[in-house]
Amino acid sequence: MHEFSLAQNIVEIVEETVRKNQAHKVTEVVLEIGTLSGVELDALDMALESLRSGTMMEEAEIKKDIIQAVAICNHCGHEYLPDDFFSICPECQQYGSKISKGKELRVKSITAE
Amino acid sequence: MCDTCGCGSGHDEFTLHTTTEKQSHIHGHHHHDHEHHHEHEHDTKKVLSVETDILAKNNLLAERNRGFFEAKKIKAINLVSSPGSGKTTLLEKLILALKTKRKIFVIEGDQQTTNDAKRIEATGVKAIQINTGSGCHLDAHMVNHAVKSLEPENNSLLFIENVGNLVCPALFDLGEEMRIVIASTTEGEDKPIKYPNMFQSSDLCILNKIDLLPYLDFDINLFKENLQKVKPGIPLIELSAKTEEGLKKLVAIL
Repeated sequence: MHEFSLAQNIVEIVEETVRKNQAHKVTEVVLEIGTLSGVELDALDMALESLRSGTMMEEAEIKKDIIQAVAICNHCGHEYLPDDFFSICPECQQYGSKISKGKELRVKSITAE
Repeated sequence: MCDTCGCGSGHDEFTLHTTTEKQSHIHGHHHHDHEHHHEHEHDTKKVLSVETDILAKNNLLAERNRGFFEAKKIKAINLVSSPGSGKTTLLEKLILALKTKRKIFVIEGDQQTTNDAKRIEATGVKAIQINTGSGCHLDAHMVNHAVKSLEPENNSLLFIENVGNLVCPALFDLGEEMRIVIASTTEGEDKPIKYPNMFQSSDLCILNKIDLLPYLDFDINLFKENLQKVKPGIPLIELSAKTEEGLKKLVAIL
């Protein structure tokens, strides 16, 4: 349940940003989450629901931009979409690739008023 | 407010135990009073671009820890595994093999109890226990506080025994120089492919309890195959913390 720690961080980042911009209510939070970020989305939702009550983002709509992972094969350089942290290259049939995209865990934007 | 991370809002709650004192570190949760902020009805919505990594604070603190370790020439090692893989026993044996060569300090992470820190202190080195409470992993913030209490000396070896968990600790950089993942022959051969994030983020893999191989159906070649699928080229040391077979290879690396 590291999603609880992540949710705490999200609430902190949102509150800090909102305070700096002298807004007082958050209506939308957009998160960017890679498919290989190691986050269980349901667990994150649950943690956010319990943590945001009483904060500026209590009523905000939370949107998640899911970023599809991209892997580059270490052997032949082929770029493909992996389903997991490790995968066999569909081109040269070998294991060992670099994940170039898909580990993102970011607060992208906030809409506040 | 925590002077390390400067935060005053909802954060971690954990306890540090030394043999002589107990310190709690609790951050209160911030609740905001919305009423004092009522503004004009004409307020327009604004979109604020944030682009901040959710783990930014942890990563920043991890870099601070790393800088501290580098400056003091401390070799910090993060030991991760599932519960019951034999981390603490391995650590006890490593300490006995290494303590005449280099000063050793230990940070023990568990949800509850100071059992492990007591076991480590029995070997004659200074240890501190972090109890994470409900937390499933150590983070850079907890380690930062533990290091301040522990005061490791220059040129020492600092072992950080993480909470037994092959999932959550993978995401949290503590500022370590080396991450060692420990698997054991009493677990399945498929641990690396079941928990790829942890094996992929580690620098070295230990396979413990090889003395039990004659009594188990554990297929060591299948384990190696799975490990290489997940992280090609990761070094593997096969050993038994109990009989000390293979322990010298690990001692040589450290």
